[in-house]
Amino acid sequence: MSGALLQGILEHMAIVSIAILISTVVGVIFGVISYWVRFLDSVILGISEILQTIPSLALLALLMIIFGLGNITIIIGLVLYALLPIVRNTYTGLKAVSPHLKDAARGMGMSKMQRLFKIEIPLSFPLIFSGIKIALVNSLSVAVMGVLIGANGLGTIIYRGIQSRNMETILMGAIPVVVMALAFDFGMSKIEKRLIKRAK
Amino acid sequence: MIKFENISKSYGQTAILKNISFEIKQGEFVVLIGPSGCGKTTTLKTINRLIEPNDGKIFINGKDITKENPVELRRTIGYVIQQIGLFPNMTVEQNISVVPRLLKYPKQKCKEIVQDLLKLVDMPYEENAHKYPSELSGGQQQRIGVLRALAASPPIILMDEPFGALDPLTRDTLQEEIKQIQKKLKKTIVFVTHDMDEALSLADTIIFMDKGKIIQMASPEEMLQNPGAPIIKSFLSKQIDNGSNGNGSQKLFAEDFMRTKVLKVPKTSRTLECIKLMSSRDVNSLVVINEDDTYLGTVTIEKIKEQGQPGKEIADLVTAEVITVGRKEAAQVAFDKLLSSESSYVIVLNDNQTVAGLITRTSMAKALGEALWGEVQ
Ligand SMILES: Nc1ncnc2c1ncn2[C@@H]1O[C@H](COP(=O)(O)OP(=O)(O)O)[C@@H](O)[C@H]1O
Ligand SMILES: [Mg+2]
Repeated sequence: MSGALLQGILEHMAIVSIAILISTVVGVIFGVISYWVRFLDSVILGISEILQTIPSLALLALLMIIFGLGNITIIIGLVLYALLPIVRNTYTGLKAVSPHLKDAARGMGMSKMQRLFKIEIPLSFPLIFSGIKIALVNSLSVAVMGVLIGANGLGTIIYRGIQSRNMETILMGAIPVVVMALAFDFGMSKIEKRLIKRAK
Repeated sequence: MIKFENISKSYGQTAILKNISFEIKQGEFVVLIGPSGCGKTTTLKTINRLIEPNDGKIFINGKDITKENPVELRRTIGYVIQQIGLFPNMTVEQNISVVPRLLKYPKQKCKEIVQDLLKLVDMPYEENAHKYPSELSGGQQQRIGVLRALAASPPIILMDEPFGALDPLTRDTLQEEIKQIQKKLKKTIVFVTHDMDEALSLADTIIFMDKGKIIQMASPEEMLQNPGAPIIKSFLSKQIDNGSNGNGSQKLFAEDFMRTKVLKVPKTSRTLECIKLMSSRDVNSLVVINEDDTYLGTVTIEKIKEQGQPGKEIADLVTAEVITVGRKEAAQVAFDKLLSSESSYVIVLNDNQTVAGLITRTSMAKALGEALWGEVQ
């Protein structure tokens, strides 16, 4: 049984990590585009917001129709779901960099890309990181629903427990999800605080 | 070196710069001055193309700057802004070497540049290079801001009210330093300020602007003798009203020109607290007083560093090198003493030998200006 648990935890982690990795890259890129292209910001932020308001079950069902059953589908669902906090925080962070620093960077002769990578992203990093944290913690619980569309992870254990009305099995799947979510929230909040303090 | 030809700039219907033309020579220290909102910053930013004019041309060394790539152009022009603008995510060393790194100088060369520049302002490399801007005092930060502008040896440096946010003592020191640097490195500097004292003590040429136009372009001496317009006079007399006294120049005393904000410490202070105080207030010497508040002497940071021992009282390190004057001595006497003295200030004493204030070279320049425009109202 403990072998199944370990496997569930590892699968769960793998699915969530892959999804967060992808949505970090995509989210930061979209955040930068909204920051650079004035009229696109409301479009991109609007779409990410709509994605998040779709109930997760409905979103997963829709995705299942397109992508079929399996891990890929839950990963895509998690990516879409995690986009909003990352896009929004990237955008807000970039906007909030002091105009004097942007001016100084431009005046020193930095190109747009150099300003982004040397000044603007490093200075908004605490906020971007906080977006990633929110996305990750959310994804850990949403990923449980992967079992309904044929994905692996701790959801399978919980589901098995429900079907056999075995409370013990349900808890065995549910507790690790809660513990992981709390642990990541705690650890990443600590890092976040340190990042903010260092930025001051 | 820099030539403006009929430059105009407007935002919508509002004209900000109206047909501005002037020429700046190589190695000249030019100060742009005028009331707030008159277009000084806008003028400055057209030089490195942070702002593009609607009309007219700017030439640098005969070349039309619109023909150059703006990013590359900016790397050849130093830029210092009022809000300091050091990048908080970079160390002092990284900040200073921003432009050299953009220009892909080799690593070793960048490091040498940083070392040489820090030496220029007496901030030891080992002690400062790896600090972040937030760990420095305001004055030190702006020194680094100036060094960053110098790093790739640009022939031209633009400075937009660089010392505006600093306290007066620190500002004096930095003005002195920038003047020295300019003489030593022979840069062409365009410097924006709204402080006439600063303009007078720094400029080779002052450009006075109002409402987007140049009202007068002249040397400080000429502007003193012949203010070109009523607004210039009133700008000058405003400075005078801020001064201490409007008496005729023959009745002026040392006390009329002294600064009363003096950093005093008792002779029982410990070396460490003195060093802390000096670095937090950005000065390199302190006035030391006896228990009864009477003047004892001064102590410099060099002296403490050379001979001081941690935790010891500073009494042994005090010297009487700095000249003192009585507050009722004639201003002229005080100025003569200051001019012939090695130090950058003289100390003014009350009759009971307590410290009343001090006169720096800048307060002297200001006094001379006031004496000249005393009758202007
Ligand atoms: N981006 C802008 N849009 C509209 N007006 C501006 C803009 N930038 C500056 N101004 C206006 O131009 C005038 C001159 O500004 P500035 O050159 O910064 O003045 P100064 O540096 O002399 O105080 C001010 O009245 C300011 O409000
Ligand atoms: Mg300005």
